[in-house]
Amino acid sequence: MCKDCGCSLTRHEHDHLGAHSHNHEHHHPELHTNPQLNDKKTLSVIHKILDKNDVEAGHNRAHFEAHNITAFNLMSSPGSGKTTLLENLKEYTTLNYAVIEGDLETSRDADRLIAKGIKAYQIQTGSACHLDAFMVHGALHHLPLEGLDICFVENVGNLVCPASYDVGTHKNIVLLSVPEGDDKIEKYPVMFRRADVVFITKCDLLPYFDFNLAEARAQLKKLNPDTQIIEVSIKDGDSIHAVAAWLKDNLRGAQ
Amino acid sequence: MHEYSIVSALIEQCEQHALANQANKITRVDIKLGVMSGVEPALLQTAFDTFKLDSICKEAQLNMQLQPLVIQCLDCQTSSELNERSIVCPACQSYRTRVLDGEDMLLMQLEMEQE
Repeated sequence: MCKDCGCSLTRHEHDHLGAHSHNHEHHHPELHTNPQLNDKKTLSVIHKILDKNDVEAGHNRAHFEAHNITAFNLMSSPGSGKTTLLENLKEYTTLNYAVIEGDLETSRDADRLIAKGIKAYQIQTGSACHLDAFMVHGALHHLPLEGLDICFVENVGNLVCPASYDVGTHKNIVLLSVPEGDDKIEKYPVMFRRADVVFITKCDLLPYFDFNLAEARAQLKKLNPDTQIIEVSIKDGDSIHAVAAWLKDNLRGAQ
Repeated sequence: MHEYSIVSALIEQCEQHALANQANKITRVDIKLGVMSGVEPALLQTAFDTFKLDSICKEAQLNMQLQPLVIQCLDCQTSSELNERSIVCPACQSYRTRVLDGEDMLLMQLEMEQE
């Protein structure tokens, strides 16, 4: 039994007491006495700084998997069309999905989705610039997971901080809208390096902006050679079908 | 500004190690930051200097080792350290590479004083 939330999943090799009570890979503490300084000890650890978050993320993944759900982390700048895509996707897929929303303030995004008949739960992060695995875990207990195929975690709009946090999803979807410019891939390499797919959104605006799709592809290839780019426009049903097809192909166990 | 949350996690780890080793003071914290870990070292330093004051790391010095990207080419087998943010093999221009280092944030070593 998980001690924090009362869910039925046990935490693997983890008992909340900290570093020395479980056997983690890469974690073999050794004490060395420093001969120059008798009262000082040097401890070699080699331990991921965000290990605690990563353990919680693994716990969230186990939650999803216990319900046979594939979880996708949606990341982008604010205003690139994450919520709009999720609002419209419903018309193009038979997959059942719910959304965990992250924003600093308001529950507007979750309200928009709920109005469309999509299950959604809003996390208000206050001033935090990203979601972490603990926040997503809290949200999971407010969202009925039964019967879902997909759970989207719509991260806080930000191309920097969310890239450092595993929230327990299976794949990362990064959106880049045409008005933002093709140079964002080069400017925010960590985020685009983490992407499993990139959706270029608002493609209906391509005629009005100097967004070079070939350049975007070239930059992405340098960071992430196997990652596909899908051109998306809410006004073009075929492009949303392509999104739906990608999601279906990337469900756990689909490959 | 996720550097503040990262520092909180780091200091929490330091406190656990100190407790497990009966240390009453941590005097040095060595970390390794990959250039592609998504952390800005200067901001992390500022965050550490602020947060450490209420912790066992009060008098600790933070040493940051910046780790460039290291890749191994799956075609020509060359291992290369890169200066740019790209994973293309500089020797043969192949895109088939494996990142060996430069993406993690690791606590490497602690220097502590025991009672």
